Amino acid sequence: MLEIKNLHAGIDGKEILHGLDLHVGSGEVHAIMGPNGSGKSTLANVLAGRPRYHVTAGSVSYEGKDLLALPTEERAREGVFLAMQYPVEIPGVNNIYFLKAALNAVRKHHGEEELDAMEFLQLARQKMKLVELDEAFMNRAVNEGFSGGEKKRNEIFQMAVLDPKLAILDETDSGLDIDALRIVAGGVNALRSEKHSVLVITHYQRLLSYLVPDFVHVLANGRIVRSGGKELAEELEQKGYEWIEQEVAAGAR
Amino acid sequence: MAETIEQIANQEYKYGFVTDIESDVAPPGLNEDIIRLISAKKGEPEWLLEWRLKSLRHWLTMQEPTWANVKFNKIDYQAIRYYSAPKQKKTLNSLDEVDPELRRTFEKLGISLGEQKRLSGVAVDAVFDSVSVATTFRAELAKLGIIFCSFSDAVREHPDLVRKYVGSVVPYTDNFFATLNSAVFTDGSFCYIPKGVRCPMELSTYFRINSAGTGQFERTLIIADEGAYVSYLEGCTAPMRDENQLHAAVVELVALDGATIKYSTVQNWYPGDKEGKGGIYNFVTKRGKAFKNSKISWTQVETGSAITWKYPSCILQGDNSVGEFYSVALTNNHQQADTGSKMIHIGKNTRSTIVSKGISAGHGQQTYRGAVKILKSAEDARNYSQCDSLLLGDKCGAHTFPYIEVRNPTAKMEHEASTSKIGEDQLFYCQQRGISAEDAVSMIVNGFCREVFRELPMEFAVEAQKLLGVSLEGSVG
Ligand SMILES: Nc1ncnc2c1ncn2[C@@H]1O[C@H](COP(=O)(O)OP(=O)(O)OP(=O)(O)O)[C@@H](O)[C@H]1O
Ligand SMILES: [Mg+2]
Repeated sequence: MLEIKNLHAGIDGKEILHGLDLHVGSGEVHAIMGPNGSGKSTLANVLAGRPRYHVTAGSVSYEGKDLLALPTEERAREGVFLAMQYPVEIPGVNNIYFLKAALNAVRKHHGEEELDAMEFLQLARQKMKLVELDEAFMNRAVNEGFSGGEKKRNEIFQMAVLDPKLAILDETDSGLDIDALRIVAGGVNALRSEKHSVLVITHYQRLLSYLVPDFVHVLANGRIVRSGGKELAEELEQKGYEWIEQEVAAGAR
Repeated sequence: MAETIEQIANQEYKYGFVTDIESDVAPPGLNEDIIRLISAKKGEPEWLLEWRLKSLRHWLTMQEPTWANVKFNKIDYQAIRYYSAPKQKKTLNSLDEVDPELRRTFEKLGISLGEQKRLSGVAVDAVFDSVSVATTFRAELAKLGIIFCSFSDAVREHPDLVRKYVGSVVPYTDNFFATLNSAVFTDGSFCYIPKGVRCPMELSTYFRINSAGTGQFERTLIIADEGAYVSYLEGCTAPMRDENQLHAAVVELVALDGATIKYSTVQNWYPGDKEGKGGIYNFVTKRGKAFKNSKISWTQVETGSAITWKYPSCILQGDNSVGEFYSVALTNNHQQADTGSKMIHIGKNTRSTIVSKGISAGHGQQTYRGAVKILKSAEDARNYSQCDSLLLGDKCGAHTFPYIEVRNPTAKMEHEASTSKIGEDQLFYCQQRGISAEDAVSMIVNGFCREVFRELPMEFAVEAQKLLGVSLEGSVG
């Protein structure tokens, strides 16, 4: 599904990722943890094709295609979804209208018929229930005036509607109360299947106890420095990152 | 994003064709003889010729204003042709007699002069270069006592009404361009709604400049008698030409006691090319006078012209009168606009609303200039002004000059202003969801303009949205 090899990438001319390798199989849930500033969001944004982020070396293959060669919207239409660490507000654009345009752009790309307003609303209502978002939110402008937690839930709602093959969640759990955390995890779990892969970026074990990842990776200094099963997350929760960084430093010597 | 936005600005102007038609033109230049020629061509009464001459003499003493925040080369007023009319038989008995070439022109513009328009319930007056070509539904409207015709016909058939009201809102001494218009205006639309009559259809005028080297100076006069209601729409297009053409119109609205006039404009004059060559200079004076309990509402969507200089205004003379101004102005490439509104509160308990939305892309420069005056007599006056700017890219600009003058302490004034940018982050967010940058921009722009679009009659709101999309195409890729 996703094969990242020796990825060197950065922002505004500064290299942040220094040769990152990662393999995500179909149907797998991977967690990426790591200290602040280690490059987790950089990875997420590079995969999504955000402007100002640039790749200097390495390759990313997604379902056999060269992901880095695709324009941003094309990646999205091919099923790459990024739940952002800081969702953007778009004043004046109705949330439901926005999402309908998005879904129909994806459907059109796949040669499927576009949904009309009624069909779309039906689908949206169903997904709204899943993330326990009130219908009132749908008629507000995209993320405008939403609380931090509401924005995150809106991201998961959008994910549920768009049904992406590769969902990347960048700290969707930070700033959420306990109930919202459960809801977000529920949204991701509902997506889980052999055809869907998930990359969860998080600082906390708590979300992972609801999500139960197949793999956990530690990203430090722009590289994956350790990978393991869900126990790794528990260990990190207890011991922090320092011991790994020390081990890595020792190994390098 | 700067480069992506630049790409959207690459849309061809789709109304840029020239109609090959014989016209009757005056030699270039401006003097008393030309005025006499225009007046004679139109078979005008003596008083009107005198008024024109008075205007010309006054104009000769005036200076072209320089206070507006726009830059352009000096206009040579002696090089302009002040009269150009499509050659055809003098009087038309039916629409079928309109020159087929002309009819095709209007059809290309999506304006049918025929009966189809009945379906959409819009009566149309079409002005080609300087002359009104055809007015539809005249007979039907006449049954209600409504007069809707060209200005020239009105001078002939309803001289008393014209004489009473022309210049009553915009006096011939008003300003450089209005005074010029008073001297040389050739045609325009006239409309009178009698007491207590609600005009059952949208009245609409389409203006088109065709001939090269001509200016267009039309004059519109709308009178809504006591308790009457009318909704009026004007649309404008022009061919693509390398030189700049001058359009200096005057619109006067008179809303008598208890009347309502809704005046909507979708202005799409040729804006010039991407380098800023050519395009219409749109220097227009629009003003309404509102008597007791009446209401005047201006709505404008301005996407065309190289330079726009225009401030639709209301004189709120009667007690409880209401003035409104809703505007969307878009400047792309090298377009410049200095626009806004003036609300003059004279009567007691008068209210006014100004909602201005400016969008700048490319090298577009835009200035909002608004004035709200509360005179001493205007007890309990209220004004709400909102002025928002949206920037696409970093080579364009938005400027705001609100002037407020309050002479009565009971006035309540509210002013809000904002400037926002369509940010890289917003575009990325949309694209990350699968929406193309172009659709994203048009979605954001339409959202930004919603408050104004909802003031437009339904079918024109749709037209306006499309127009914005077209005008922005190429500014994002
Ligand atoms: N425009 C920029 N110019 C230079 N450096 C930048 C720029 N933007 C981000 N960085 C740096 O890139 C590094 C990686 O940032 P990134 O957002 O990927 O970290 P992260 O792992 O997601 O951190 P967190 O856990 O705090 O979200 C940080 O050190 C950050 O300061
Ligand atoms: Mg981050």
